[in-house]
Amino acid sequence: MSIRWGSYKVQGIYDELIRAAGKPRDAAKPLCDYLRNLKDREIEEYKAAAELAIHVMGITFTVYSEEEGSIDRAWPFDIIPRIIDKKEWNRVERGLKQRVQALNLFIDDLYHEQKIVKDKVFPAALLQDSVNFRPQCMGITPPNHIWAHICGSDLVRDEHGTIYVLEDNLRVPSGVSYMLENRMVMKRVFPDLFEDYNILPVDDYPSQLYDTLASISPRDVAQPEIVVLTPGIYNSAYFEHAYLAQQMGAELVEGNDLYVDDKDVVYMRTVDGLSRVDVIYRRIDDLFLDPEVFNPDSTIGVPGLMRAWKAGNVALANAPGAGVADDKVVYAYVPEIIKYYLGEEPLIPNVPTYKCNNKDERSYVLDNIDQLVVKPANESGGYGMLIGPHATRKEHSKFKRLVKRDPRNYVAQPMLTLSTAPTLIGNRVEPRHLDLRPFILSGSDTTYVTMGGLTRVALRKGSIVVNSSQGGGSKDTWIVDMEAN
Amino acid sequence: MLSRVAENIYWMARYIERAENTARLINVTTNLVLDMPRSANVGWEPIIEIMGGEEIFHEHYDSSEERNILKFMIADLHNPCSIIGSLQLARENARTIRDIIPRETWESINDLYIYAKSNAQSGISRKNRHYYLQKVILGAQTITGQLAGTMYHDLGYDFLRLGRNLERADMTTRIIDVRSADLLEEEHESLTPYENIQWMSVLKSLTAYQMYRRIVQVRVRRPDVLKFLLQERKFPRAFYHALCEVENCLKNLPKNKQGIAHIKQLQDTVLSANPEKLKQAELHKFIDKLQFGLMKINTDITDSYFRRHV
Repeated sequence: MSIRWGSYKVQGIYDELIRAAGKPRDAAKPLCDYLRNLKDREIEEYKAAAELAIHVMGITFTVYSEEEGSIDRAWPFDIIPRIIDKKEWNRVERGLKQRVQALNLFIDDLYHEQKIVKDKVFPAALLQDSVNFRPQCMGITPPNHIWAHICGSDLVRDEHGTIYVLEDNLRVPSGVSYMLENRMVMKRVFPDLFEDYNILPVDDYPSQLYDTLASISPRDVAQPEIVVLTPGIYNSAYFEHAYLAQQMGAELVEGNDLYVDDKDVVYMRTVDGLSRVDVIYRRIDDLFLDPEVFNPDSTIGVPGLMRAWKAGNVALANAPGAGVADDKVVYAYVPEIIKYYLGEEPLIPNVPTYKCNNKDERSYVLDNIDQLVVKPANESGGYGMLIGPHATRKEHSKFKRLVKRDPRNYVAQPMLTLSTAPTLIGNRVEPRHLDLRPFILSGSDTTYVTMGGLTRVALRKGSIVVNSSQGGGSKDTWIVDMEAN
Repeated sequence: MLSRVAENIYWMARYIERAENTARLINVTTNLVLDMPRSANVGWEPIIEIMGGEEIFHEHYDSSEERNILKFMIADLHNPCSIIGSLQLARENARTIRDIIPRETWESINDLYIYAKSNAQSGISRKNRHYYLQKVILGAQTITGQLAGTMYHDLGYDFLRLGRNLERADMTTRIIDVRSADLLEEEHESLTPYENIQWMSVLKSLTAYQMYRRIVQVRVRRPDVLKFLLQERKFPRAFYHALCEVENCLKNLPKNKQGIAHIKQLQDTVLSANPEKLKQAELHKFIDKLQFGLMKINTDITDSYFRRHV
């Protein structure tokens, strides 16, 4: 037996590869033909080859909590890629650049004049309660006014095929190493498919990241010292931290490896002595960065780091305080933010979002809670959410209470039916829901968007939870240039 | 190379070597106890003393019977020299430098730790002790071999060998010291026949017996054994050999002047000793001197490469 597209069900839901029963989208046709011609045994072989590659390449993600401390799990991976036509991607790419540009202007404004607040486009009350706003950053101007150098925005597509931004991750977005590794695995497993297609490369991300980081170096030297600052091996993204450092040829450092002297210069401690550091790609949350300024109990941070940053002696990516725009209530204002700073209409829409701080919208949310997804403003990883249609009445009333008690902290969105893509379940393909996280790099000279991004897929039937810590998997994402074929 | 990374490699190597040598130390003592007549009244306490662990031991145990001491030496996490304690620390160090050591080595360290931990009971009881200790020794040697055969031989490898050889030099002197402690009254006539057996067991515990016979060729005599274990250049577990290794590694590193000067000093000390004259009390004092020298070198390394001066 082999894969029969005729029996693949797509009714009523947008599928990334299949237009209607048995009919692949144009960009997916060569892939679907290829898969149709595979025997079960061959599918097994490809799957095993991918698993072997993942094992050999040591692609893992860390789950912390087990008795032994942390354990590494093999990365769950589906060998059927998700395909997007480059023509469609071009528009998404422009939309992401527009969005990140506006967000950077917004953050910079908040830490300076706060014009957007004065002009009453963004409510002062929201700024006041923002947990990710850092008053310590007021008046600081990072190079070229860029705060969010690395942004990971989550995109979803609804049942009609419209692409929305679901959220922007501006604190320490992860996943890009898996995007790169997924591609490596696919190249090993399906070299011949890569000949049939003109797939745009993703491999240049580490060098783009390096260039972005180098472009914000405060010292004008040919080779600035760039380091990746990790909380350490127990962090669930440690694999990625180590991977990116290695790919960029940068040092992977922990807080203890860095030292700020009384002239506010940052050094790392090497066996040759102190060695000056210019740029820190920090993967530690703001509040743990510098015990002198933030959480005094933090042992993973670097005392004096904020002094050095304020003095302009070191660049931090992302800049402290950038997370202020990484807030689900701020998210609701992004269309207004784009209009305010750029005078443009957003190219990629937001998912319609009800702000619970607004009286009318709140009462709509309370009345329709069983139809809505309710999200707290500052959680990530899918924690603390209510998925109305799937929740019990008890949970509905619990969330009504939460919303009433702290309306500013909640937004609600209609339940989207996420698009699906064919995913190998056993030897058959079945539709599974997915999302996409592209990464946007903003340096002093250029903005760069990854060709595609990390596609995460909910492996359980009907589920929309794509987080790998909650049983999600991933796929390689192909942006294909059909005109070049 | 980052100081933290260098330090982690250094200590990982020390802890693995320490686990191996603690196993050897227990082995030599077990053999000694078995070989000696009851009247000799050989106790286990000296090995705690030699490891500098009396205080911690008496805090946690009320009698120095064999079982308690074995528990202390094998499984007690309060004892920085216990086999499981050392392996646990080695594993924690290895975990943070997984990008630097080969994957197989990380797995071997993990394996050894798990074996030592889940079979501790058989090391404590006499019945399977030899097998248990042998497994620990072989496990440590496997790791050493893997690193020699597959790790990139850069600065990191120098730090690895530095740690291993300093620890080895230290433990070789401690194993010799088992004999100089008050196990036996030296002048006790009736015990002289046992003297050679004991030195033989010291050699065996360092896997040195066969090499000793090949190189020295005479019967096992105390001064010859001491000469072999302290001054031999070509035997890997001899004190002098380990020092030369440390010197070679240090030569590859920056800021090594003081360290090398201290090594030279210690080399002179050990080579100028006359083993014929090292009777019990003198030997103990001499060993103290050597260990003090090693401490100085460790401090040099820590100061030059690891210490956070600021």
